[in-house]
Amino acid sequence: MKKTNPDGMGHFGVYGGRYVAETLMPVLKEVEAAYEEARQDPSFEAEFRRLLSEYVGRPSPLYPADRLTESWGGARIYLKREDLNHTGAHKVNNTLGQALLAKRMGKHRLMAETGAGQHGVATATVAALFGMECVVYMGEEDIRRQAPNVKRMELLGAEVVPVSSGTRTLKDAMSEALRAWVTFVDSTFYVIGTVAGPHPYPVMVRDFQRVIGDETREQILLKEGRLPDLILACVGGGSNAAGIFYPFMEDEEVALVGVEAGGYGLDTGQHAASIVNGQVGVLHGTKTYVLQDAEGQIQNAHSISAGLDYPGVGPEHAQWADLKRVSYCAVTDEEALAAFHELTLKEGIIPALESSHAVAEAKKRAPAMGKDAVIVVNLSGRGDKDVDAIIELERPTPRSADAPGGSGLSGEAQADE
Amino acid sequence: MNRIEQTFKRLADEGRKGLVGYLTAGDPDIAASELRMRTTLDHGVDILEVGVPFSDPTADGPTIQAASFRALQAGTNLPKVLALIGRLRADYPDVPIVIFGYLNPFFRYGYERFCQDAAAAGADAFLVVDLPYEESEELRQHMRGQGLVFIPLIAPTTPPARATTILAEAEGFVYYIMVTGVTGTGAAKAEDVQEHVDRLRESTNLPIAVGFGVASGNQARAVGAAAEAVVVGSALINAARADHLVELVDDLRLALDGV
Repeated sequence: MKKTNPDGMGHFGVYGGRYVAETLMPVLKEVEAAYEEARQDPSFEAEFRRLLSEYVGRPSPLYPADRLTESWGGARIYLKREDLNHTGAHKVNNTLGQALLAKRMGKHRLMAETGAGQHGVATATVAALFGMECVVYMGEEDIRRQAPNVKRMELLGAEVVPVSSGTRTLKDAMSEALRAWVTFVDSTFYVIGTVAGPHPYPVMVRDFQRVIGDETREQILLKEGRLPDLILACVGGGSNAAGIFYPFMEDEEVALVGVEAGGYGLDTGQHAASIVNGQVGVLHGTKTYVLQDAEGQIQNAHSISAGLDYPGVGPEHAQWADLKRVSYCAVTDEEALAAFHELTLKEGIIPALESSHAVAEAKKRAPAMGKDAVIVVNLSGRGDKDVDAIIELERPTPRSADAPGGSGLSGEAQADE
Repeated sequence: MNRIEQTFKRLADEGRKGLVGYLTAGDPDIAASELRMRTTLDHGVDILEVGVPFSDPTADGPTIQAASFRALQAGTNLPKVLALIGRLRADYPDVPIVIFGYLNPFFRYGYERFCQDAAAAGADAFLVVDLPYEESEELRQHMRGQGLVFIPLIAPTTPPARATTILAEAEGFVYYIMVTGVTGTGAAKAEDVQEHVDRLRESTNLPIAVGFGVASGNQARAVGAAAEAVVVGSALINAARADHLVELVDDLRLALDGV
């Protein structure tokens, strides 16, 4: 399949576009024009590349996980080590790109929404690097759950603004960030953390993240002399997946699979599987698959991993799903947690709970694929941030025993639906 | 002539400014919100905006966010809002009724069915906060088929050339958002509003209603001088909750009639 690109108004097929208040339309066009100009300027690309190398530590290794391969008894498993990036996840690739663009546009204040805090930390980090002001909107519930990341953002000089509306999680933080952007539209650049939101964000974030796939392609050719049979990545909003998938679009022999968060199980209604189990709708400026009720009200997502806890998904993923170039599946909290422990014990790598969803899917597929097959798993982030959550999970409480699926972690905030 | 045109013609003939009132349908429940709407109409609101609650009202400030939340908690949905409009239409045959909301509930209901049912209930127009001109063609097509009017929004950030494009085929009236911000927060300076509205006149001959942040008769009088009508939303909700809705509407009416 040819590589997908949006039309002039940001539509990926019937998805994408710009569904925002009129107040924001002019600034979105400014961002789009500035981005178009920047991507044609070799000095912008050169500065981005230099910082990815010297500051982020790229290229990230493509690591052959031999003990996992041996234990699962099938396809050879490679891990794309985005967890080794500065700040511990793929998020910084994108925030660096957007901060460079903000600088080029003469804006000196960055604004971001965050769920788990990873994108907030990555934005606060580049704000410090460029000497910019930074404001991060974060749900009160997430602030409670992710105290260490809140402190990290504050240490980096950012102001963390608690959001008390709705469910007090990522969805509401993004709504509040859009409201704040309307108010501070002249001075502020909004750094969106994933391939969602209004045009040009989905395509721009994908472009900043495609370095993951470009490197993977080169690295696997060196190691295996051929392309992989399967690439797996977790999908919340979908930025790490878009980044690793996009450079392989035209390689039909490479199967691409996005792994959504199945939460307590798709049949419980408490999950974050927007493509697998949602319907087309409009949320936060874009048309895409959305978790919603029959009346078109947005439903709360649930996942053990705060980074996947979002009721929408990037519009390009929606298009890839319809075109069947990428297939999407869901992995439950329980399966992700088992994969988290297995990777930690077998390889000495503590993965983010988000990335653990992709690892869990690899475990399901590897045995049936034969020893000559090659799987690449995008290990989008490291799990240090999740250690507190693991401690809480493993502490037996009556509450967690009652919860469906047996884990009470982030279900508390969403359980009221 | 449709109801909106008739209303603005009547206002012009009488030399008065229009009062556009917004209330969220279903806040705190359908019956109570219907009573509030009737009260505002009985006390001189010329055009009624019926808000359809949405789970993620990204352009609204705390007051309308909370109103939407209460309305959803009370089980409000589009069929109930349309039924409410039908009852109002029966008793207020001449008042323009604008359905005000976010796109997803309308999209989910289905554009064709929504336009048919809204027209049948007696609505005159839609105002969709998160549907900018560029994305609006499909819905507008269905609206045209039912004689419904798509109310365009113009912001202080809208460049003149863009305003001209948006307003080229516009009908009804223009909603000018006076502040770069969400609903119900901060008032605009009257001279800024005058300047923007004057510039807007170069793009359109339609009546202009100004809104966002108007909370009192004095503010309405100040910004109303520039326009044909003033929109009041959050302040009506706050007043209704504090039990002085009648006082506020009377105050607004008096102020606007004195402009």
